Amino acid sequence: MAAIFQGVGAAAALSSLPSNSFDSNKSVFSPRRSFSVRKGASFAVVRSDGTVNLNPKGRRTQQLIPNAVATKADSAAASSSSKPGHELLLFEALLEGLEEEMERDPRVCVMGEDVGHYGGSYKVTKGLAKKFGDLRVLDTPIAENSFTGMGIGAAMTGLRPVVEGMNMGFLLLAFNQISNNCGMLHYTSGGQFTIPIVIRGPGGVGRQLGAEHSQRLESYFQSIPGIQMVACSTPYNAKGLMKAAIRSENPVILFEHVLLYNLKERIPDEDYICNLEEAEMVRPGEHVTILTYSRMRYHVMQAAKTLVNKGYDPEVIDIRSLKPFDLYTIGNSVKKTHRVLIVEECMRTGGIGASLTAAITENFNDYLDAPIVCLSSQDVPTPYAGTLEEVTVVQPAQIVTAVEQLCQ
Amino acid sequence: MALSYLRSSSSRSANLLKPLSSSLPLRRHISTDTTPITVETSVPFTSHQCDAPSRSVETNPKELLTFFRDMALMRRMEIAADSLYKAKLIRGFCHLYDGQEAVAVGMEAAITKKDCIITSYRDHCTFIGRGGTLLEVFAELMGRQGGCSKGKGGSMHFYKKDSNFYGGHGIVGAQVPLGCGLAFAQKYSKDETVTFALYGDGAANQGQLFEALNISALWDLPAILVCENNHYGMGTAEWRAAKSPAYYKRGDYVPGLKVDGMDALAVKQACKFAKEHALKNGPIILEMDTYRYHGHSMSDPGSTYRTRDEITGVRQERDPIERIRKLILSHDLATEKELKDIEKEVRKEVDDTITQAKESPMPDPSELFTNVYAKGLGVESFGADRKELRASLP
Repeated sequence: MAAIFQGVGAAAALSSLPSNSFDSNKSVFSPRRSFSVRKGASFAVVRSDGTVNLNPKGRRTQQLIPNAVATKADSAAASSSSKPGHELLLFEALLEGLEEEMERDPRVCVMGEDVGHYGGSYKVTKGLAKKFGDLRVLDTPIAENSFTGMGIGAAMTGLRPVVEGMNMGFLLLAFNQISNNCGMLHYTSGGQFTIPIVIRGPGGVGRQLGAEHSQRLESYFQSIPGIQMVACSTPYNAKGLMKAAIRSENPVILFEHVLLYNLKERIPDEDYICNLEEAEMVRPGEHVTILTYSRMRYHVMQAAKTLVNKGYDPEVIDIRSLKPFDLYTIGNSVKKTHRVLIVEECMRTGGIGASLTAAITENFNDYLDAPIVCLSSQDVPTPYAGTLEEVTVVQPAQIVTAVEQLCQ
Repeated sequence: MALSYLRSSSSRSANLLKPLSSSLPLRRHISTDTTPITVETSVPFTSHQCDAPSRSVETNPKELLTFFRDMALMRRMEIAADSLYKAKLIRGFCHLYDGQEAVAVGMEAAITKKDCIITSYRDHCTFIGRGGTLLEVFAELMGRQGGCSKGKGGSMHFYKKDSNFYGGHGIVGAQVPLGCGLAFAQKYSKDETVTFALYGDGAANQGQLFEALNISALWDLPAILVCENNHYGMGTAEWRAAKSPAYYKRGDYVPGLKVDGMDALAVKQACKFAKEHALKNGPIILEMDTYRYHGHSMSDPGSTYRTRDEITGVRQERDPIERIRKLILSHDLATEKELKDIEKEVRKEVDDTITQAKESPMPDPSELFTNVYAKGLGVESFGADRKELRASLP
């Protein structure tokens, strides 16, 4: 019963998406937390509503940092040296997470094309080969099917490989290995083997990269049983998700986005991880729940600025966990606002939004005042021409129009 | 009954020192006799880019008897599986290994349980060779709880982690990159062990094999690729599927060895050679020239693409169990009756195990959802009515 809402043609003037560096000290982008930092703790799991789980199972008595994010939404501009944490770009955050995990656990290794000596095509593995050697940071030939298979085989024995697809689209060549071996071996062996592999890479629509290099693989992989899928969107959750994915015993596919690698944010100095199955509350609100992930989060936040000026109060949730969905956070939001808008970069047919629409309708139908609206990319191969490509993905103006129509 | 101990290292001559035969049947301790015997393999090895190992294989009565018993067990097990399938107790796919037993037993004799083996869907006997029990096999084939994969895998998904048997894979050829990954992990952990990645002549034409071989050769991995060439890829003969059916040469820069796969001792010699080679010099390909008596699977009669004469011919001339039987008899290690007794005992064991397996219950319905994910880091977040978030840290 979801209304399918595809704004065809950007009639309104599209404000251009700011490209490389986002200053995440702006309140729009940072999650809202207002705790003080305690020293000397090691791990923290911070939930999206800001509360912290202290010793949930009572097993370990470790001091937890209640607030693992240093940014303050409403602090006046101060010199960066007085703020806790350190500033870096998203790809550096991924690199930091990866490096810390490789130091922590000698079984973690990285495999991919040009990850070693070249430093990674998006510099996510820069410097690692020099630091850890050729046996832990492996340059593979262009053979995705086999090196993904090899990563899975190594994971069966207990190693923890991080397999990089230079572009997520190339992992289609390894689909058999990911689906049959990665996803299913834990089940078909009756629990004997776990596959603690991380498969990561950039995907999504970039800047005129052409159809084959602008694919959104999350919609193809979402049905595979046994894998977990997460999508990072800020330097903070990129590092946290990378670390959590490496430590997880399950195969995790980490979706990065080509256009988000140069986002800048201040992240904590301490060790922290982000929960793999949890969604992130970006902006609490009352009128409508906007569910999004990855790059579309920024389009949504831009639209949110316009919406706030027009008097709306959208609640924006970055779902982060694409498989399984965090229906708890989403459900609470739906129960509060009764209206849902999904903004995604997948194509309409068989995308993440389609599954999410079905999941919400099944579970929360009674709480909905209006049909769910799902804004997705057009069901076309991404064209090369810049103007056409812009129209392929959802733009902020369409989001504003959709919210206005939804809230009538 | 005559007891004989072979002291000399000559082959099948009948120069035996026989004590005076007495009327008392003396107990023969063949099962513990490890006096070395040297046997020549049926045919010499053919090699590619390496020096072939010697034709003379060291063995002993205990090993030969183990070969006989194990192969008889495997043969009996496969034939019993055939009957169970026809009785509809085994469903789906069932690929039988009878005729190829020598590869499984010969390989086991050359390696340890620390070396890894990974194979395709024709895995029942390889699983037994790795130490799996008959009960686990039959229970798994019938989809019962007592199976090695708790009934959730089936015929094509047998695994035994504690003896490094990594399965058991349904997609043709996909296990070879996995096998090279196992070899990578062995090199990473400096284990001094090797991986045998088995595949068939049909899978030999898969691209991922060459990809994996390239990477293994580049990184010097202790991977041994074993092509079990039974000459038919399902219904397609090898000459119709491969331009160059010399699978041991396909590695180009990777050395290869062609072995008579119906001769368990030749297999043993080749695997021993391959293990030494792989630990020093990186990957090597073994081609086992073998044959399967059954069709590709239970739904294939096996006679539409080959003649019955061919099958009976191989059975008469090259059967692996017969070869070992003749070897044992000609060296006077056991009598015909004793060997027949072993076969009877094996048959009884199989029948008893089947009865036992039939009593194993079907998996509990809740087992549908277990083992999809490993519980570890993360919150349990299923459903919409969770009351609290729980997180566990590593």
